[in-house]
Amino acid sequence: MDLILEGLITAFKLLMALDPEVLSITWLSLKVSGIATLISVGIGISCGMIVALTRFPGKKFVVSVVNTGMGLPPVVVGLFVTVFLWRNGPFGFLDILYTPTAIIIAQAVIATPIVMGISIAALQNLPAKMRLQILSLGATRMQMVMILVKEARLPLMAAVMAGFGGVISEVGASIMVGGNIKGYSRVLTTATVMETGKGEFATAFALSIILLLLVFIVNYLFTLIQQRERPR
Amino acid sequence: MKHLNKIVFSLTALAFVAIAAFVASPASAAPKMKTIILATTTSTQDSGLLDELLPVFEKSTGYFVKTISVGSGQAMKMGEKGEADVLLVHSPDAEKKFVEQGFGVNRRLVMHNDFIILGPASDPAKIKGEKSAKEALKKIAAANALFLSRGDNSGTHALEKKLWKATGLKYEGNKWYQQTGLGMGQTLSVAAEKKGYTIADRGTYLSVKKNLGLDILVEGDASLLNIYHVIEVNPSKWPKVNAAGAKAFADFMVAKKTQAIIKTFGVKKFGAALFFPDAGKDPKTLGL
Repeated sequence: MDLILEGLITAFKLLMALDPEVLSITWLSLKVSGIATLISVGIGISCGMIVALTRFPGKKFVVSVVNTGMGLPPVVVGLFVTVFLWRNGPFGFLDILYTPTAIIIAQAVIATPIVMGISIAALQNLPAKMRLQILSLGATRMQMVMILVKEARLPLMAAVMAGFGGVISEVGASIMVGGNIKGYSRVLTTATVMETGKGEFATAFALSIILLLLVFIVNYLFTLIQQRERPR
Repeated sequence: MKHLNKIVFSLTALAFVAIAAFVASPASAAPKMKTIILATTTSTQDSGLLDELLPVFEKSTGYFVKTISVGSGQAMKMGEKGEADVLLVHSPDAEKKFVEQGFGVNRRLVMHNDFIILGPASDPAKIKGEKSAKEALKKIAAANALFLSRGDNSGTHALEKKLWKATGLKYEGNKWYQQTGLGMGQTLSVAAEKKGYTIADRGTYLSVKKNLGLDILVEGDASLLNIYHVIEVNPSKWPKVNAAGAKAFADFMVAKKTQAIIKTFGVKKFGAALFFPDAGKDPKTLGL
């Protein structure tokens, strides 16, 4: 009980004091996971749209591969990205292992199947006849796609939130490809692991609370967008 | 389909712009040959020593040090693959082999502290005050008392295996012998929670002990010496290694000023020094 109380107090103190190190770690977490989510939304929703709205042989297979990808273990992604980015590995010339950029890449790999899988489900869930109806009312294909996206706005926003939630809370890949370097590639989750290792449980607890707060704020904003009154 | 393609294209473009924006941002703009990858043990990081030393080094030389804190075993593996520039490790036997095989050059003594055998105050195996580490382990085995091993090929794990080997006992596969596979700090927490015995370096123990219920039961045996060396990764094996940076860091670790910082590190916070500087000393004087 002491620990929880002490953790809460430490979290409050760190936040109130605007501790520059904690602030920069928090900001980096938000930036890294935010960009990774953005990339995964770009790729995931567009590819998801193609898969959901077109017919092609092997579609079921593709969808099941994507759905499997939704459960990609972060450490597996971390290991692969590390091996690829090694100095003497295939992408060693990029020289980005142990940088925030490497974390973004790993997190984007983790989040893309999540966003894509949910997007496919969301778009396929729309009534099939709706597309014909929209087209018959004289809409161009572009307009049709926009209308479909608007119709599926709720689950699509859920896809974005799931993607963001998956990467901001992830630690396995971040610590492997980022290296948890102080003031450079240390994010909230890796810092929490490190502080736990040091036996600084109160600080670890405080960082966890800050992480939870951050995730809540971001999801609250997403939810505001999601639950907006539908423009008619 | 053309329009669908357009949307796909613009979303993908958005993604790439995001990547480009980040790559171009100052956070990742660390100068190329100005970065050094230091592979080191968890003890140097968990004790807070590197947090104290690195800013001094970076300020005086302009290098940026990327510290990857892993076990000594993994650190040397990184060196073998040319994925690190310089190592700060504490696993003397493995280090000698590392240098003999040509993976590392210029191995220099930096500092030492010692390992201690820790356990619950109740001390079920009655090892408190035992002078010999070997005998203490024998008693733990005889009492079937829980012993927690790092199990991660770290320097501490290497020492622990060496001590067990000296006892001549079959320790692996026993119910009372468990491997955590975690760093030193976390292994100490596990030992504290499970009321088991473990071996730790004094530096990590002192820096985390406030949250633990573990007592020092055995200390001072010569076989418990914990010695840190700095090794530069051999640039002739791996041309991509930042040899100049590695040398600068190694030189820094054995420099007089740095050694003075090491000597006083932890005195204020923990009431005792965590490491004893040894640069330039003959390893034999330490009992090696």
